[in-house]
Amino acid sequence: MADLRVNFCGVELKNPVTTASGTFGFGHEYGEFFDLSRLGGIGVKGLTPTERLGNPAPRIAETPAGILNCVGLQNPGIDRFIAEQIPFLRQYDTAIIANVSGNTVEEYEGMVEKISDADVDLIEMNISCPNVKCGGMAFGTQPAMVEEVVSAAKRKAKKPLIVKLSPNVTDITEIARAAVSAGADALSLINTLLGMRIDIETRKPILSNVMGGLSGPAVFPVAVRMVYQVRKAVSVPILGMGGIRTGRDIVEMLLAGADAVAMGTVMFADPTAPVKALAELEAWMDAHGVKSVRELSGAVEV
Amino acid sequence: MSIQEICRAASNTRLGEGLYQLVLDAPQIAAAAQCGQFVHIACGEGNLLRRPISICEAGEGRLRIVFQVKGSGTEWLADRKEGDTLDVLGPLGHGFDTAALGARPVLIGGGIGVPPMLQAAKCAKAAGAAPRAVLGFRNRGAVILEEDFRAVCETFVTTDDGSYARHGFVTDVLQELVADATGVAACGPKPMLKAIAAIAKQAGLPCQVSMEERMGCGIGACLVCACALKAENGETRYGHVCKDGPVFNAEEVEW
Repeated sequence: MADLRVNFCGVELKNPVTTASGTFGFGHEYGEFFDLSRLGGIGVKGLTPTERLGNPAPRIAETPAGILNCVGLQNPGIDRFIAEQIPFLRQYDTAIIANVSGNTVEEYEGMVEKISDADVDLIEMNISCPNVKCGGMAFGTQPAMVEEVVSAAKRKAKKPLIVKLSPNVTDITEIARAAVSAGADALSLINTLLGMRIDIETRKPILSNVMGGLSGPAVFPVAVRMVYQVRKAVSVPILGMGGIRTGRDIVEMLLAGADAVAMGTVMFADPTAPVKALAELEAWMDAHGVKSVRELSGAVEV
Repeated sequence: MSIQEICRAASNTRLGEGLYQLVLDAPQIAAAAQCGQFVHIACGEGNLLRRPISICEAGEGRLRIVFQVKGSGTEWLADRKEGDTLDVLGPLGHGFDTAALGARPVLIGGGIGVPPMLQAAKCAKAAGAAPRAVLGFRNRGAVILEEDFRAVCETFVTTDDGSYARHGFVTDVLQELVADATGVAACGPKPMLKAIAAIAKQAGLPCQVSMEERMGCGIGACLVCACALKAENGETRYGHVCKDGPVFNAEEVEW
């Protein structure tokens, strides 16, 4: 049997498969389709200091092999997450990855400070949401801003801090280096790619917010490329995500340089995709004589 | 309870221009289904997202769905043949509460919003109520399920252009029926639902409406199918059509 365990920033994950923030709510819904304890970790819906209503509908548009979304970080706020959702998630034997956002540097600091004292395993700091007016991606696309917000947050962090990067930049390695030099313990990438669709009959954008974030299999090669580039640029662990569908995709993402992965949009097509992919990963490793998943990380031969 | 079931197509029948009826062998989903709920169907390799389709009838291990071809997903669905298998999630969402509609409910469907009202009519009748159905269509060619409704309850049909049955809108009929009605339920285009909600409100009747929105996961996780609702503090909040709906109390909806 292949060894699937991964040590991610000192947190022991039973396998490298986690769920991508924003696609999994707080786990209740998918828990009806599979045992959440099968997952290495759960990335929860992005949290903000207070409740956010999100954007009006339509919030989704289908694309060839993907979707655009503009949910706009609808969430109940960090306090209700801590009070109501952590006890639910702790019933399962899986790591909790709390995803946090803010509108200002001070809000990011406050979020990281508060979530550090809660019972979560990893903190994922989202500086890459394309669907909110303030904060979000605005923090994640300029190295100086990345340094400022990450170093401020890192000072308050008592848990490993993962910084989630935006692919909507010219050079992702520049942003990755800025995050790591400011103290990021790990990086997750990629968030969604900014996109747009137009209804040609009405000549209006399909999404209420005009533009939205592209995810799904369409973005997979972009994600693999960026993980590969970032792996060469920095040495912190990488949580690779973006369009992963199958066990073979997981192998590919690990080879590119990821230490663990997150699956998201594929679950909208098949709610049991993560457990199917895990079984495929195990079978692939057995068939190829790969004893530990850790052997695969960054093992691409160029 | 959400179930993922691989279902066999028992039949696929063309009902009219771009209108199809698919009967699926789906024992688990059919056993759990309530009126007003929907199924979320995977529509082939080229369509990443499933397509949400209302349940027209559920019973004896089978699901009957009636849908309109609107794009590549429903085109794929229309091409299914007897014996093909389909990957179906269901029964999903919050359906009609027919008990809350009283002994004399008026059940209204507009266009492709007609199918789910059939199970609602059957459910109300089984509970001892005497429902009446009002079905509105664009024109003669769009008329579906009329005989099925007539077999269950008193049924009124309208067409927008007068090419079949009564010339006019479902709201014209509703105005005539509200006097002795005890509740209203409806599925159809949003402007129709809005007009129905206004009539029901004026008549002091409980009103349930089945809403539609572009959907993602179908189970309440991705939060894309937002429906603007009135919050207790008077402000707007977003519920989700797939989980909180598709049926909402009309009073709750921010029209």
